[in-house]
Amino acid sequence: MAKTLTQEFTKGLWEEIAPFRLVLGLCPVLGVTTTIENGIGMGLATTFVLVFSNILVASLRNIIPSKVRIACFIIIIATFVVVTELLMQAFTYTLFLKLGVFIPLIVVNCIVLGRAEAFASKNSLTFSIADGLGIGIGFTLSLAALGAVRELFGANNLTIWTTPTSVIGIQEVFGTNFEPFTFMVQAPGAFVCLGLMLCLMNLVGSK
Amino acid sequence: MVVVLTVLSAFSGGLLSGLRNATAARIEVQQLKFVKGPAIKKILQGVSNDPIADRFTLKDGDIERKFFVGKFDGKANTVVLESSGKGYGGDVGLMIGVNVENDTIVGAGVTTHSETPGLGATAKDNPAFVSQFKGLPIEETFEVTNDGGKVNAMSGATITSRAVCAAATQAGSIYKKLKPQLSEKLKEFNK
Repeated sequence: MAKTLTQEFTKGLWEEIAPFRLVLGLCPVLGVTTTIENGIGMGLATTFVLVFSNILVASLRNIIPSKVRIACFIIIIATFVVVTELLMQAFTYTLFLKLGVFIPLIVVNCIVLGRAEAFASKNSLTFSIADGLGIGIGFTLSLAALGAVRELFGANNLTIWTTPTSVIGIQEVFGTNFEPFTFMVQAPGAFVCLGLMLCLMNLVGSK
Repeated sequence: MVVVLTVLSAFSGGLLSGLRNATAARIEVQQLKFVKGPAIKKILQGVSNDPIADRFTLKDGDIERKFFVGKFDGKANTVVLESSGKGYGGDVGLMIGVNVENDTIVGAGVTTHSETPGLGATAKDNPAFVSQFKGLPIEETFEVTNDGGKVNAMSGATITSRAVCAAATQAGSIYKKLKPQLSEKLKEFNK
């Protein structure tokens, strides 16, 4: 059953939304989602790598010998990750400092390699771009959602983006008397939060 | 198979080295602005110039050292240099400002570190510890009181305190070694 271009794109937003449905790529999901801003930044970086690696893998899929395909995919992915890293250092340095080691770790994010192997190496260029964009945006949204819950309860803020001069978002959502659950912005809070969100997704999806 | 791998690797290598060259200058500026800039500004409070713009490098053997010039009362008499010491979780970077007229420290600040929050990280967050260096002659060996020196260690963070002392001592030896060239360079800024 051939899918349309729109279906390939939208499947990444709900049906196969990476962290919740496929439960893949959990390292950045758990590691960086202390604020919405970090989640969005990490998600966009991953989307960039995902789209460009999908483009290259799809256009080279008939040239790459199947015996060394994983090696080729990793070269392509690693190249784009370093490109992202350099560009972030040059243009969004404060965000780069916050995300730190998780940017180079996109290389070993199994979503990216997974899409290259399972989708881009078997489908045409346009479909691969749609797939990369869909999965990437789905990943960004999941990270932002998880970041929002954790930041809201853990720090009492909702920060969407910070510029050197101002902060876009709401500070002290519950007022100044609210004592934040610092547990939520620490590592165990990430697991609990992700678990609850998975629960919710399954509950909604099973109906 | 070999051809494909070779071509792919060559392509990615070329792309990355090109991009690295293209972004190197911008990345350096960003690092100066966000990491070192705040520390330098704190050390050189009340300067009349922009120390980040007035910087120069000197060769110390094979290593290039950066110096930031601070002008007070119209005279370029202060330099800030960087050094590092081995801390609890990696290298602790230290910026240290020296008055070249009497070789004393005008201020110091920790820039990069990966020390424990609440213990070692206090070296950066709380200026009380690094302010002990202020006014001391740069060319001495710094040690914490436990080791027989005169720097009071931060409680619970002796290793970090030692790292900062080691960095200050290293800065002293760099300063001593490069002093002649340093004074030459500073004369240019006084013109």
